[in-house]
Amino acid sequence: MNLFESITSALDCALKRDPSACVFGEDVGFGGVFRCTVGLQEKYGADRVFNTPLSEQGIAGFAIGLAVAGATPIAEMQFADYIFPAFDQIVNEAAKFRYRSGNLFDCGKLTIRAPCGAVGHGALYHSQSPEAYFAHTPGLKVVIPRGPFNAKGLLTACINDPNPCIFFEPKILYRSAIEEVPVGDYSLPLSQAEVLVEGSDITLVGWGTQVHVLREVVKLAQEKLKVNCELIDLRTILPWDEETIAKSVAKTGRLLIAHEAPLTGGFGAEIAASIQVSLITRAYY
Amino acid sequence: MLKVSSLLNIATKLKNVCSIVNMAGYRQYSQNREAVVFPGIQSHYTEEMVFSDIQNEEKMDTFRIMNLKGKVINKTMEPDLSNETLVKMYKHCIIHKHMDKIMHELQRQGRISFYMTSRGEEVLQTGSAAGFHPEDLLFGQYREAGVIFWRGFSVYDMISQCYSNNSDLLKGRNMPVHYGSKEHHFVPMSSCLGTQIPHAVGVAYANKIKNKNLCSGVYFGEGASSEGDAHAAFNFAAVLKCPVIFICRNNGYAISTPTKDQYSGDGLAARAKSYGISTIRVDGNDILAMYAATKQARELAVKKNKPYFIEALAYRLGDHSTSDDSTVYKNAEEQEYWLVQGDPIPRFRKYLQDKGLWDDKTEESFNKEAKKEVLTAFKKADKQLKPNPNFMFTDVYKEMPERLQNQHQDWRKHILENADKYPLANHDQF
Ligand SMILES: Cc1ncc(C[n+]2csc(CCOP(=O)(O)OP(=O)(O)O)c2C)c(N)n1
Ligand SMILES: [Mg+2]
Repeated sequence: MNLFESITSALDCALKRDPSACVFGEDVGFGGVFRCTVGLQEKYGADRVFNTPLSEQGIAGFAIGLAVAGATPIAEMQFADYIFPAFDQIVNEAAKFRYRSGNLFDCGKLTIRAPCGAVGHGALYHSQSPEAYFAHTPGLKVVIPRGPFNAKGLLTACINDPNPCIFFEPKILYRSAIEEVPVGDYSLPLSQAEVLVEGSDITLVGWGTQVHVLREVVKLAQEKLKVNCELIDLRTILPWDEETIAKSVAKTGRLLIAHEAPLTGGFGAEIAASIQVSLITRAYY
Repeated sequence: MLKVSSLLNIATKLKNVCSIVNMAGYRQYSQNREAVVFPGIQSHYTEEMVFSDIQNEEKMDTFRIMNLKGKVINKTMEPDLSNETLVKMYKHCIIHKHMDKIMHELQRQGRISFYMTSRGEEVLQTGSAAGFHPEDLLFGQYREAGVIFWRGFSVYDMISQCYSNNSDLLKGRNMPVHYGSKEHHFVPMSSCLGTQIPHAVGVAYANKIKNKNLCSGVYFGEGASSEGDAHAAFNFAAVLKCPVIFICRNNGYAISTPTKDQYSGDGLAARAKSYGISTIRVDGNDILAMYAATKQARELAVKKNKPYFIEALAYRLGDHSTSDDSTVYKNAEEQEYWLVQGDPIPRFRKYLQDKGLWDDKTEESFNKEAKKEVLTAFKKADKQLKPNPNFMFTDVYKEMPERLQNQHQDWRKHILENADKYPLANHDQF
């Protein structure tokens, strides 16, 4: 499967295993502009897979309500660039629902999917990677897969997780690579980074599309500089796996972080600062 | 030269175009005029160039059952409420009023940080609350104490929330008057205006697909109804056919902003109608009308799986909150008019008196009783400790993530090392 098919497969499994699961968003009914929901309406009915009016804040607010009522909403934002009309609902409501309700009510069953990142022809409004905005919001989980196998497993984990999750799908990867993906249900752990290449001289950390860029860097560094890199895919941006990175940096002594988003206030800054603190104050040696 | 097959093709296409006119949504609705063929539009052509305005159309009426003197105008519309229920409703309004008065005082004394009264909106709240099924999940804005109170959330529960004491179900995390309770099917209120409106729509959709035979209900001010969330919610509810009741409390003001600076057109009712929602404008000072309209809307919403909208008119007799002085922006004559003519509680009382259910003596004795109930609750709430400070860190996630655990431990360490500088004795535990 390629990545968009693995997303469809994860949604299919969710709709099958949970009769209260609903998949909706702009143009979702006919299969979605990225074809991630193809065939699902025919299979599960228009009550469970449906178009919504064109309003991101409406989609997010409506989805929160479904989750509060105990259903499992899987909402699509057509592009991550257009998630901002829903920012208030996500940051002030979804993220804080459990906390402000004293744990009496929550919207933990909520998952929001959004295609993110640059493809090459999307210009400024079809290319952004807004994960850092959401990483500043306690109560949310933010996840970005690097390929089809991870996409299905991590999306399934988000859908099953008892906290509201945002799942950003790097849209350049939708059709770029094919991997073996089980047709059946499986999930991968959230908040666990994955060491993809072991090395001794420097730790490289990325997520989503950057993992593929960094794989090339690993090769080039070895060939041209005789530098032995360790490569880590962070996978979950919030709450992130500090331990795996700290352990690696404790070994290599160096850290390089690559993300597709702007430098200032980017999530790389958070990692760089935290890892320095953690290597000084917490015993990861 | 045209081939036969392409001729056939053109014929089929033409036939399709013609048959479109007969499809649902394209139907010609006037015999003599030419219908517009366009997806989602039912219209016909005109050769007159007219820009349409709400001013040119008839303004929506306001539904009432009793007049200002508490007299039922059309007996057939009088709801079938038992004497016992009517008296219970009145008592709720009276207790609510006393609670507001006392809590307002407590804020002035510095015992609570903030308060908002419902003065003038008591019967709107009680009447509509009584029209719902007790398990219909409700959402409020903040000025809906009477709604959750009707469902059995006690005066003590409310005062505890305002105190953020150890009995506050919300663990001291919200400003005063942000009530909520799972047991009473009332979602805790959020300070963010309008955000709860689409939530109620989502709940309604979930109820619909689970065949629960429940509706959801959501209260909001006429000010909040200018938020984008409100419009998204109205549209979603209408398009996705959700059994939800919108109750817009139009009380004339959003803090200091009068309705003339809030909207043009014919109020909220006209807007709701334009979304395709069945809508009624109700005299929110008429408890019978509020009850009847909510009950009817509730029944139809569940039966027909569609939304209903109630624009309830009830002038805000009090200030916006304890941080506000409305004499600065309110017209004194207007305020006076509503105090004398429009106070909904004496109006309800007249109705009960005419029915022989209430008199001056019961009024006097119940006022005493109500005051006592509030004061007893206040004294109990006042004695409670504050919540466990560790609640600052819990319920952010279902389980506390490792990095938050670390922050929590760092914070605890700091507090314990400086325990003499923190009022830990006021708190339940640490
Ligand atoms: C999104 C948002 N903007 C502004 C405020 C500040 N605020 C609190 S109440 C209020 C007025 C609301 O008026 P209305 O909706 O008519 O309700 P009422 O107070 O009259 O019951 C404002 C502006 C807020 N809480 N949330
Ligand atoms: Mg108002």
